[in-house]
Amino acid sequence: MSSLLFVFAHPDPNRSRANRAVLDRVRDLSNITISDLYEKYPRFHIRVAEEQALLEAASTIVLQYPMYWYSLPPLLMLWIDDVLTEGFAYGKSGNALRGKNFCLSFTTGGGSEAYSPQGYHERPITDFLPPLMQTARLCGMKWLEPLILHGASRATPEQIDAHARHVRTQLEALT
Amino acid sequence: MSLGGGLATTVALLSAAVVIVPIMQRLGLGAVLGYLAAGVLVGPAALTWVTEVEFLRHFSELGVVLFLFLVGLELEPKKLWQLRLSIFGLGTAQMLATAGVAAGALILLDWSPSEALMGGLGLALSSTAIGLTLMRERNFLPTTAGQAGFSVLLFQDLAIIPILALLPVYAPLKAQGGVENPHAWIVASVIVGIIVGGRILLRPVLRFVASAHLRETFTALALFLVLGISLVMEKLHLSMGLGAFLAGVLLADSEYRHALETDLEPFRGLLLGLFFMTVGMSIPIEAVLAQPLALFLGVGFILALKIALLLSLARIFKIPRSQATFFSLVLSQVGEFAFVLFAMAKEWGFLSSEKSGLLLAIVALSMVSTPILLWVYDRITARKEKTSSQSREADKIEDESHPVIIAGFGRFGQIIGRLLHANGIGTTVLDYEPEQIELLRRFGFKVYYGDATRLDLLEAAGAAKAKILVVAIDDVDASIKLIDLVREHFPHLKIVARARNVQHVYELIDRNVSVWERELFEGSLNAGTEVLRLMGWTAFSAQKAAHRFRDHNIAMIMDLAPQRKNQKEMATRAQAARDDLAKMMAKEHAKREDSESAWNTQ
Repeated sequence: MSSLLFVFAHPDPNRSRANRAVLDRVRDLSNITISDLYEKYPRFHIRVAEEQALLEAASTIVLQYPMYWYSLPPLLMLWIDDVLTEGFAYGKSGNALRGKNFCLSFTTGGGSEAYSPQGYHERPITDFLPPLMQTARLCGMKWLEPLILHGASRATPEQIDAHARHVRTQLEALT
Repeated sequence: MSLGGGLATTVALLSAAVVIVPIMQRLGLGAVLGYLAAGVLVGPAALTWVTEVEFLRHFSELGVVLFLFLVGLELEPKKLWQLRLSIFGLGTAQMLATAGVAAGALILLDWSPSEALMGGLGLALSSTAIGLTLMRERNFLPTTAGQAGFSVLLFQDLAIIPILALLPVYAPLKAQGGVENPHAWIVASVIVGIIVGGRILLRPVLRFVASAHLRETFTALALFLVLGISLVMEKLHLSMGLGAFLAGVLLADSEYRHALETDLEPFRGLLLGLFFMTVGMSIPIEAVLAQPLALFLGVGFILALKIALLLSLARIFKIPRSQATFFSLVLSQVGEFAFVLFAMAKEWGFLSSEKSGLLLAIVALSMVSTPILLWVYDRITARKEKTSSQSREADKIEDESHPVIIAGFGRFGQIIGRLLHANGIGTTVLDYEPEQIELLRRFGFKVYYGDATRLDLLEAAGAAKAKILVVAIDDVDASIKLIDLVREHFPHLKIVARARNVQHVYELIDRNVSVWERELFEGSLNAGTEVLRLMGWTAFSAQKAAHRFRDHNIAMIMDLAPQRKNQKEMATRAQAARDDLAKMMAKEHAKREDSESAWNTQ
């Protein structure tokens, strides 16, 4: 009971530096299952039963994505919609996810200073996370501290690599 | 002992070729020298099995004619334009410098100016056969130096054409045969006639014959074309080779290029082989052996000269240093066209038979030298690499062959081709429907005519270098045949297959083809989605239903695949198809009964 589901959602990994660096860094962890959503479902048609089986088999669920409009890339949002159904993830007899770890690992375009009352986005990053926090809570999952890389587009290769290593260390501790 | 008689001569020639050529090839000396040696052996100088040398040479000149036709065919205007700098810059420089120095040296040896000119021009040529083969063997062609070497050889092949064409015009012996030179205006009008007539007539005729789908008729037409033009040129006392070359150039950008190449290749090979054998027969061996010193000094001098000039040209034309030595060695020999030139020059009275014999022997020995020089070069570089272990330079230039080949450019293949074309991915297309090709050509597609299940055509289309093969032909048996052929000869190619129906899909699965697409499935599914919408479903829910149907359908096909192995005995494909359909419909029905909501969306 220490397997890890790494849900990766980037529309064009060939253009991503940070998200792909993290993916490459964690790929060979033992007990990890990589689920590359945009690669599996280019037509946005998610095979729900298959995804639910992956969730059931995992003890920790990690979502890796670039933040889009203070939220998720559309396919990842759809994945939550389609897969975390009543009777599976919540509601009566919906306790498939109960007790599992839930960890967001994402990148932002703006630097960390932008996410403050004086900054460009006027709020700390934690202000944008409550809907996902509540999603985890509703499904009975344990919320883990998010792993965030701010200013991903401007980050140096060294900074990106350091972040990817950090993510790997954190996930290794969970498996 | 002379064997006399046509059949006996043919058998003698063939037996010598069959025995000696493979031996020389095995020794790394190349087929050209093999034919030459075979010619010496059966000719008047040794076994005297064959004596009618003059007749044979006349006949075998057709080999040279075919060769020039194929050279013309290779001359795509586009490629010529791409390489224009190295062909006309580097090529001209190499030819002029080598010919000039060699001719100068011959004049110092008391040769007359016209003799020296012939000698110099001939010695400046390198061997396309040896050079290209060696560069291809070592995968050297895509490098900077490889392209430069190709350009030099191409320029020489081009240069030989006006030289051969002009020989009769300035020949000292021209009055001998009572032959008069044609007037310039006749020459000009014939050439213009060939170009204009060829442009207008050749393609429709080729298309007409090709649409009969009879391969031997097409081959016959190709031979007729080359020989016919040669005959016209000969009747007008013009160079046969020039005519054939022009015909080749006219067809270079046509879709029939590959088909013509593959059909004429064996004839060219045999006749050119015969030509080299006759050259071997006519070398005055004794006279040459009487002056061994002149021979060896001559070979040493010409090799040193060519290598030195090529090395300095390599520096001027910025060829990477690590490639320059191989580049100059691989082009250091004198080529087979020197044989042609010297033999012709003797015939037209430019050279005495003694002098041409000496030159021919120098050419032959220089050709033997190349494999030996490269062997030494390999030893030295191997030792160097061991000590310094430096990595090889990675300055390969863009390869001209396309990464994708589409076999079959009907309704299915053309969508794929257009998608790739629109996204800037180069594709080579093979199809055998002439009307289709003509239509697509008008829209600027690069389409070749031929049967894709022929190994030689696949090779010509660059299957060895391509990455992906799209099998889009509609005939199931041809598709399977092509896939088996490709799996055997080009295992690196990834296959994307058009499947006629589910039975075809199973044949593909049996062959481990993982990417297949049924030709009608997606279109029918989309039409079905539209029916759902007309029945009042919302667009999105109809779309989702179609997605689910597809998933289920594919899963079912994969499920049924192992079961099918047991029913191989089944009498006909139609029976198997009915059986599969019955099973699938039963499953779809069961799923519907299973839960009413399974096909619906919430």
